[in-house]
Amino acid sequence: MSDILAQLGAFWADLPLIVRIIAGILVIVVPLLIGMALLTYFERKVMAAMQLRQGPNLVGPFGLLQPFADGLKLLSKETVVPVQANAGVFFAAPMLTFLLALVAWAVIPFGEGLVLADINVGVLYLFAISSLGVYGIIMAGWASNSKYAFLGGLRAAAQMVSYEVSIGLVIITVLLCVGSLNLSKIVEAQKTVWFFIPLFPMFIIFFISALAETNRAPFDLPEGESELSGGFNVEYSSMTFALFFLGEYINMILMSAMTVILFLGGWLPPLDIAPLNWIPGPLWFIAKITFVLFCFIWVRATLPRYRYDQLMRLGWKVFLPFSLIWVVLTSGVLVYFDLLP
Amino acid sequence: MALLDRTARGLFLWELVNGMALTFSYMFKPRVTLNYPYERGPTSPRFRGEHALRRYPNGEERCIACKLCEAICPALAITIEAEPREDGSRRTTRYDIDMTKCIYCGLCQEACPVDAIVEGPNLEFATETREELYYNKEKLLANGDRWEAQIAANLAADAPYR
Amino acid sequence: MTLTTIAFYAFAIVLLASAVRVITAKNPVHSVLFLILAFFNAAGLFVLIGAEFVAMILVIVYVGAVAVLFLFVVMMLDINFQELRQGFMQYMPVGLVVGAILAVELVFLAVTQLAGGPVGGQANNAPIPPVDQVTNTEAIGQILYTDYVYAFQVSGLILLVAMIGAIVLTLRSRPGVRRQQIGQQLDRKRAEVVQVRKVPTRGGV
Repeated sequence: MSDILAQLGAFWADLPLIVRIIAGILVIVVPLLIGMALLTYFERKVMAAMQLRQGPNLVGPFGLLQPFADGLKLLSKETVVPVQANAGVFFAAPMLTFLLALVAWAVIPFGEGLVLADINVGVLYLFAISSLGVYGIIMAGWASNSKYAFLGGLRAAAQMVSYEVSIGLVIITVLLCVGSLNLSKIVEAQKTVWFFIPLFPMFIIFFISALAETNRAPFDLPEGESELSGGFNVEYSSMTFALFFLGEYINMILMSAMTVILFLGGWLPPLDIAPLNWIPGPLWFIAKITFVLFCFIWVRATLPRYRYDQLMRLGWKVFLPFSLIWVVLTSGVLVYFDLLP
Repeated sequence: MALLDRTARGLFLWELVNGMALTFSYMFKPRVTLNYPYERGPTSPRFRGEHALRRYPNGEERCIACKLCEAICPALAITIEAEPREDGSRRTTRYDIDMTKCIYCGLCQEACPVDAIVEGPNLEFATETREELYYNKEKLLANGDRWEAQIAANLAADAPYR
Repeated sequence: MTLTTIAFYAFAIVLLASAVRVITAKNPVHSVLFLILAFFNAAGLFVLIGAEFVAMILVIVYVGAVAVLFLFVVMMLDINFQELRQGFMQYMPVGLVVGAILAVELVFLAVTQLAGGPVGGQANNAPIPPVDQVTNTEAIGQILYTDYVYAFQVSGLILLVAMIGAIVLTLRSRPGVRRQQIGQQLDRKRAEVVQVRKVPTRGGV
């Protein structure tokens, strides 16, 4: 067994760099796309269970192939471009959304050393990429030349800017406890205790801001089916819509991964004892991501949509001062007890 | 005190946690929906679905071309042409129902003196083209043959109330 | 030619091209989008010289926040291009002078740098830890909070003043506006606002 592994390792090391990089990208992206498909299935099943319904159960065993059937349906449809639309920006928007959702995964550590690009400013990179995600929505809203889409785009812009501030402050509190911007180091710093225990309020704020950042219910105002009839993606059809959909769900997985890395100890088992640390790190990572995703869906099944002014009030008047106080409090405690890393 | 109470509730997201707990508990309740194509809810004997032309047990068609249904149809969906058959009995040569016009009011069934035209229990007759929804006599008779058992049972069940 | 060189030229060319498009694009929204592309490529150049912290901050602050608000405003503008063009010749001399000054400064900087002279004055000669020992995030932090701490605090204060100024300028108290009183709404009890009454037939309430 170890012989085979050693041979595989040697074979891997012999490959040229570019092949290794492309293989690494494929190893991340393909399971990610499948995971995204399963996430839509998972969401529909969980929502159905919470609403006492059955959910998809016809295509494949237990309806597991439903997302693929939906994907095929979208592929076979016609792409409609509104006459007055700005075609270049109109097509660039979904591509940008999808691209940014995938690009961020380069720095996510799946296990000890299992990361495509172990850069020193991993958190900032993730934060930067997630803050760029809004451009896809704004561009879509503007280029569609439709009032609903435009309103959706404007809402997305204001919403993202408001919630990024509190996300930034939450990240700062975590960084204060770690002393590094490297994602692997952040996970390793949680060996003694996961950060969601000492920083529980920050964990909650991060989770809620992540909901707002990914435009999920109860903050799905840019889409707002009941008021904007689809919002920014109202004019999109076929593959262009599918790319938005893919981007949105991959972003959901990404924000869950970020929550797991920052607060739930990444690939670490809950306790470093015998039966738990036999399970390999990536599996723990995926299990935790699934749990956070379940919470995303759980929230969507429970809460109604926020009104727009309430959303702004929550972001600026509640989360911002609260997280600011916690930054000061955390740094104060760390300095006073000489716990700074 | 009210302020303190409210602040505490707000701070610990009490209402949210309550709501989330409620939805979570619903996850483990039995499903109330039916697995539709495989399970069905009960339909009333009076259910007004797809039309059918019935026959007598000896195979003779019931319709005597009185055109009462055509006359009463509020949507003008029924077209009937009639002439005497070789044996001298009065029969339809043409009995068309335009199912795209039909409003499923059931007046044709009420008007029929011989229980020939009925609205059967079938509700799954969606088609891919409009043309398939222009039913002619053959189609209606075929429907009658197909659903006769259930139609007869429904009529019997509903008879005491007429 | 190494991969880094190719990347440098790619970033540089796209940066310059999009910078040109920012001022030549007819549609202001396109201008802002090209500006964002320019920021992005500048961040790429920063990464190439090993300043990943500055690159990420550039993306987060300028692309992620400032440009979003730019785009937000520009999208809602209804610009009349004829009117904008009218003052063009009038402002041209001023623009040319400012441009010329900037160009001269750049050339001066490049020349002194090439000649090997000190560029940043004294502060540049302060000992900077080698890159392989300290990440550049840490290096920036060390300089920012020691040598330049006063300048840093002053710039922070200026921003604060600007922020307060903006609030003061735009704040207006409008009388007669009915606002949502969330506290009041939450304080209402069922017993205070709902009454169940037995209404007699034909009697009314």
